[in-house]
Amino acid sequence: MANGRTIAIGIGTEASAASRRAGSLKKLARRRSTTALLLCAPLIVLIVGLKLYPTFYAIFLSMLDRKMEHFVGLDNFAFLLTRPSFQLVIFQSCLFAITAVVMKAVIGFIVAHLMHNIRGRNQRIWRGLLLVPWVIPLALSTLTWWWLFDPSYSALNWTLNWLGFESIPFLGTTWNARIAVIAVNVWFGAPFFMIMYLAALKSVPEQLYEAAAIDGATAWQKLRFITLPMMRNIILITMLYSLIVTFADFDIVRILTNGGPQDSTHLFATYAFNVGIESGNIPRGASVSLFMFPVLATLAFFVLRDVLKRSREVST
Amino acid sequence: MAQVTLRKVVKKYDEVLAVRGIDLDIVDKEFIVLVGPSGCGKSTTLRMIAGLEEISDGDIAIGGDVVNDVPPKDRDIAMVFQNYALYPHMNVYENMSFGLKLKRTPKDEIERRVKQAAQILDITELLDRKPKQLSGGQRQRVAMGRAIVRDPKVFLFDEPLSNLDAKLRVQMRTEIKKVHQKVRTTTVYVTHDQVEAMTLADRVVVMNAGLIEQVGSPNDLYHSPATKFVAGFIGSPAMNFIACRVEQAAGALRLRLSDTLSFPVPADRTARYTPHVGKPNLLLGLRPEHIIETRPHIEPNQHDFEILIDVVEPMGMETLVYFTIEGTEVCGRVNPNAGATAEKPMKLRADLSNMHLIDDSTGKVL
Ligand SMILES: Nc1ncnc2c1ncn2[C@@H]1O[C@H](COP(=O)(O)OP(=O)(O)OP(=O)(O)O)[C@@H](O)[C@H]1O
Ligand SMILES: [Mg+2]
Repeated sequence: MANGRTIAIGIGTEASAASRRAGSLKKLARRRSTTALLLCAPLIVLIVGLKLYPTFYAIFLSMLDRKMEHFVGLDNFAFLLTRPSFQLVIFQSCLFAITAVVMKAVIGFIVAHLMHNIRGRNQRIWRGLLLVPWVIPLALSTLTWWWLFDPSYSALNWTLNWLGFESIPFLGTTWNARIAVIAVNVWFGAPFFMIMYLAALKSVPEQLYEAAAIDGATAWQKLRFITLPMMRNIILITMLYSLIVTFADFDIVRILTNGGPQDSTHLFATYAFNVGIESGNIPRGASVSLFMFPVLATLAFFVLRDVLKRSREVST
Repeated sequence: MAQVTLRKVVKKYDEVLAVRGIDLDIVDKEFIVLVGPSGCGKSTTLRMIAGLEEISDGDIAIGGDVVNDVPPKDRDIAMVFQNYALYPHMNVYENMSFGLKLKRTPKDEIERRVKQAAQILDITELLDRKPKQLSGGQRQRVAMGRAIVRDPKVFLFDEPLSNLDAKLRVQMRTEIKKVHQKVRTTTVYVTHDQVEAMTLADRVVVMNAGLIEQVGSPNDLYHSPATKFVAGFIGSPAMNFIACRVEQAAGALRLRLSDTLSFPVPADRTARYTPHVGKPNLLLGLRPEHIIETRPHIEPNQHDFEILIDVVEPMGMETLVYFTIEGTEVCGRVNPNAGATAEKPMKLRADLSNMHLIDDSTGKVL
């Protein structure tokens, strides 16, 4: 019923025309709610089919044995936790997500500031250029990075040699590879932070800075006492959101290192793919990917709570 | 506390000359009001004093020191903005103490000063609130409080009352005056409202198109304007400007307004106006309050005339009458009981002892 009423209000003119025939209004509302449900049905089917069904199917799968014949309860999860290679995945996922998000935030913040100080048309040009990494399909740009990181034939090492340095095996050692995947993720994600922070910077009234200047604030104090507090919400929401996306990242590691060397760069998503599809242990792969669930759910909870709080602040 | 001096100050925005060479001496403890029409460069002048705009040419000195290249934070000034510019994420106490905190003032000293300013402005109960939870008038007070606690050399106000409703504006106007009488800090106040200018100022600076037209006490500006612009800008309803000629007849001067209407020039002005006999482009400037109904007793330099009234506007304590002389609409202020009726002739009295003769080609009052 409530559903029907909101829709009747949404199409205001028709509803008010109907209200003249008071008795028929209820009937109309009821009919509208049915219509609305029917109109939403394709979307609902899509969400159920593509999100809910796979989720529950994954939960179901994760509790089967390797041959998918016997129900084993939580054994897969317990087993994973004891495996050093999986512990490494947990470590690497956290390292990857946290480092990448912090660096993206810092770089995005600095670049947004630089952009903010460029006036007029030039700003739009630079903004467009800096957004390029973010709009190229990630798989394609990662391939390009993979070529760049090639130990013997790549532009990077060629330049190093030309400058008289030794070649660096970018993807060949554990820490080099870890840094490389983080670097590519930062390269890809920083423009998003830049654009969010630039919008936030623009929304801080210029007069606050003038007032602060008159109150005796240095540039650093303006940043510390005006800019940061005014941008606090955007910074938090962007970082939380990015933490979710980065934590669940797949493309970069899959293409750049495929988890190597010695499984040291695997994230949950790539490890799940590796165990489930490539090694054929679908139930265990499913349980790997389900390990992400509590982390992501917690983060999502905070994001949603902050978004709600913020929209409430804006509306008052 | 300090005097402020502007010498040939110019401000150029790319091609726009916003301020075209201003000289002004503001004395210590003085309340100066910059007034003028929109776009005349008032805010620009104020912002140059604050250091928020660089000056293109000339010198600005505060307390004797030239501050052309001193950033705002080192000028020891406080400014109240039109939209208050309170820090939205800080409560009233934090807003007011921000400047002191940056100067590393001891905590108890900050508290003492904020409490004292809050008391002066009657906002003690609001100290814990955020700006969003305040009314327009309260925000205005907080913005003033933020200026007062700093105890700066100069207060700068940029149209601080223009966002308030009419009643509150009058109330805050009095409040600002009271505060100035208490703290006695040199103040530069920008407004485009001439009533605000007249009521607040020790001296008013009338600006027009990037230049100063006249500086003087409110009474000076009202009674002896130097230019047509000042004459027309100060006073409400505005001064009447009526085209006229100065004629010489039988050894005396007469002001001729139309074929049928002329007045003798007051005797004490004969010498002053004689050079302008027969000149074109002259205007008679006469305020509405110097066109009144006839009365039994007549003073020197007052002259009665009869004219057809076009429109009557009763205002309560007075009635405005409008009539036309040679196509120019003229306003007079008569007693409500004088029986003014629209589209009826009425006997009025012009008080020429308060007249001004203006050369319309130069805009100067003669
Ligand atoms: N940043 C700017 N860039 C270019 N021109 C400007 C700028 N700021 C002001 N001006 C111009 O300078 C002139 C004076 O502006 P100013 O703001 O000082 O006027 P004002 O007297 O304060 O008017 P108001 O009563 O409307 O506030 C105007 O013609 C305005 O268009
Ligand atoms: Mg202005």
